[in-house]
Amino acid sequence: MRTLFVVFGKEFLENLRDRRTLLSALLFGPLFGPILFGFMVSRMLEQNVVESDVPVKLTISGSRYAPGLTRYLEGQGIKLTKKDLSENEARAAVRGGSSQVVLLVTEDYPRLFAEAKPAPILLIADSADSQTRKIADRARAILGSYGSGIAQLRLQMRGVSPLLALPVAVNEVDVATPTGRAVVVLGFMTYFVLFALLMGGLYLAIDSTAGERERGSLEALLSLPVARAALVGGKVLATCAYMCISLGLSLTAFVCVFRFVPLERLGMSANLGFHTALIFFAICLPFVPLGATLMTLVASFTRSYREAQTYLTTVLLVPTLPIAFASIYSLKTKSSLMFIPSLSQHLLMTSVLRDERIFLRDVLVSAGASLAIALLLFVFTARHWRRESMLG
Amino acid sequence: MIEAMKLSKRFGSIEAAREVSFVARNGEITGLLGANGAGKSTCLRMLYGVLTPDGGRACIDGIDILGETSKARAHLGVLPHAAGLYNNLTARENIRYFGSLHGMDSERLKSRTAELSLALGMDSFIDRRAKGFSQGQRIKVALARALVHDPGNVVLDEPTNGLDVMAIRNLREMLLQLKAQGRCVLFSSHVMQEVAALCDRVIIIGHGRVLADATVQEIRERSGAKSLEEAFLQVLGDTEGVS
Repeated sequence: MRTLFVVFGKEFLENLRDRRTLLSALLFGPLFGPILFGFMVSRMLEQNVVESDVPVKLTISGSRYAPGLTRYLEGQGIKLTKKDLSENEARAAVRGGSSQVVLLVTEDYPRLFAEAKPAPILLIADSADSQTRKIADRARAILGSYGSGIAQLRLQMRGVSPLLALPVAVNEVDVATPTGRAVVVLGFMTYFVLFALLMGGLYLAIDSTAGERERGSLEALLSLPVARAALVGGKVLATCAYMCISLGLSLTAFVCVFRFVPLERLGMSANLGFHTALIFFAICLPFVPLGATLMTLVASFTRSYREAQTYLTTVLLVPTLPIAFASIYSLKTKSSLMFIPSLSQHLLMTSVLRDERIFLRDVLVSAGASLAIALLLFVFTARHWRRESMLG
Repeated sequence: MIEAMKLSKRFGSIEAAREVSFVARNGEITGLLGANGAGKSTCLRMLYGVLTPDGGRACIDGIDILGETSKARAHLGVLPHAAGLYNNLTARENIRYFGSLHGMDSERLKSRTAELSLALGMDSFIDRRAKGFSQGQRIKVALARALVHDPGNVVLDEPTNGLDVMAIRNLREMLLQLKAQGRCVLFSSHVMQEVAALCDRVIIIGHGRVLADATVQEIRERSGAKSLEEAFLQVLGDTEGVS
């Protein structure tokens, strides 16, 4: 036990003096996620604002043939630019980008309209451009409502109830709560939290194993009268400590970032105060020893710092896999999924964000499964350290 | 006292040690001489118990290194071939770390570190971080680290490698100091002059076997050669490259 604490103390102190460890554990890991995240959300907010507040601009050609339509469009708040273009000119204008969407009213329009036959309008847009597509969609919707308005009038004039033309009345009801909508955005957040957690211990896991071998201090250490399991235990414990610090910093940074990002403007409320952050910390805590032993085990097999770095970068991706699956199959918190580490932490955190009830049993299963795997990995690691091949 | 009794070790098809037996006595410096790859490091590693022999056993002060590893190691100071330091720790912290792992309390650690610092001339850099240390400074700290628990036996694997002339001279003095204190010193080398100048007893190893185990004088007399160099070459045979 004493050995464990001696090793822990030395590894903790040594890495506290290492700039690389500090940068990744206490700066890059914890802050990368929240900052990127705040940026992403702010950007989304800006775009939404653009879509709903800025009036749609259309270029209309041949508006003199359809004065009624022109008035209607202007009445809907659309900014019309009136031009006289042939069809080819209109296509070229859209393709060249001088006009985003062009409405082309042809000469036949007034005659066919008067005869109550389908009067042609060309809507020219580039569907490969997401910005134009949105404008075209809005134009299509407005044209549709203009058309059905005219149709109703025509039916009325012929003594037919316009309701006959409306066999089904569709009313959409959106049950998403403001918090629920935010979850789509906040779903990424859980990954960043787990990423920061692993980043915190990455360099220490490398330094205390492959680093020890590379700088040639390993053999002297292994020839001391101490149990190898205690050596590994101290190293894993120090790695855990850095991971906890990183996790704490990351959550704090998230809380701060969300103070400044006006989520309410998206019709969302972020359920992320310090209280939630504490719950997150508790949920993630059992994942810490799992990550630490996994990284220590992998790094123990490598010969050099560089090799360890290569392998561990892959390990950093491991927690993404279950989370990716979860979003592809839109998995929800279920007891059976609580046995899968990283996925269970992700689901529990998402549930907390959604303001859903979480069950103590699920939390315990999630923690138990992670800790059991951590213990298993620790036994493997300690056994590997007892091998002769450890000397390299 | 360090005893090797018929130590054998095989790595795949290579027999790194074949029934190696010798005794290194207290108050003597014993040299293990052999070419690169002759099996010196393998033998030493079995003596301090990081390699398990396929056959035979090794004892430190009569304690079996395999049976009672921790107890035997308490009597043993080891300076392995790669004796790296922790660069972010000071010389003192490097020494203290190993002392703590030997189970020493901080009172004893303090007095022992002061003692070693004085004996090895480390006072000028004892509280500096190891990052910028010269090879000579590094070997001093590594040696102090190996001696911190005041062991009766010291094993050094090619300690002079990579040292300049001054540092080698210093190391030689340190080893003689250890001998004068009545310790058992066992070190390996592929440099003949070094062994000849320092050792009371020489064990020549080639192809994992003990080829000779005698004093320098005896080896010279037995072979009838004029110079020491010729004597060694006779013992080793022409195939062994000893510098």
